[in-house]
Amino acid sequence: MSTSLRNNGAALLSLVAAALLVAGLTLAIFWAPEDADQGISQKIFYVHVPVALTAYAAFFWAAWKALRLLWKGGERYDLESYTAVHMGVIFGVLTLITGSIWARISWGHWWVWSERQLTLFLILFLFYSAYFMLRYSTDPGPRRSRTSAVYALFGVALIPVSFMAIRLAEGLIHPVVFKRDGPDMDGSMFLTFCVCLAGMIALAGGLYLLELSGKRADASLRELRRRLA
Amino acid sequence: MSSGEKYLWAAYLVLFAAVLLYVVLIALKVGRLERELADLARVARERAEGLNG
Repeated sequence: MSTSLRNNGAALLSLVAAALLVAGLTLAIFWAPEDADQGISQKIFYVHVPVALTAYAAFFWAAWKALRLLWKGGERYDLESYTAVHMGVIFGVLTLITGSIWARISWGHWWVWSERQLTLFLILFLFYSAYFMLRYSTDPGPRRSRTSAVYALFGVALIPVSFMAIRLAEGLIHPVVFKRDGPDMDGSMFLTFCVCLAGMIALAGGLYLLELSGKRADASLRELRRRLA
Repeated sequence: MSSGEKYLWAAYLVLFAAVLLYVVLIALKVGRLERELADLARVARERAEGLNG
């Protein structure tokens, strides 16, 4: 993808994200009904769950790029995988913060260690945070690209475990909304959720392309500086 | 405002603040890249002038 296409893509995705997120949050506040048990605080769901799913999607994207690097080679996949991990970690932080706020109002605690879903997400987040330590502890080059790619691929194995933990856990307090026979919520709630999720994915896509452009410009400038020195 | 509403707005604000922070960081990065580019353009110009005598 050329730089101008990427920048146009980032601008377009940012606009789509802004429109969808404004629409989604407006629907969440004014249209979607309040939950019978949790009341208005349940509306954190429209931010927390899309942010968490976007973090998972970013980690999957990082693994896909890592796989392509290991399979076909090519320096560009390394930067793309790294940028996707970067996005995943940002959305991971947001997941933990919004989840903690929701936990505080629903359960009375900011964090519950006995909840496997929470702990597994924290492990996944810490695993990907350590990716940066690994990456910057080795010199740039093919070796660093390959080790980073293998690490990003390993991390993705934790995602299904984290996702399934909530269904396998016993005596859980974390709610299960998406079941085998469909979403366990009102139609208007589900539509609002879909708009918010689409907005969040568009936002992550726009930020990903913007970050990628920045990192590529940085690398080109470094190369230019080296040649001019 | 009920405590539920306060927490709800706090969660929405976190998202908004994160996006805003990201925009500020990107703006700082673009500023740095512009400065570096101007610096390299100056070096290249001086080299070209040196070569032309």
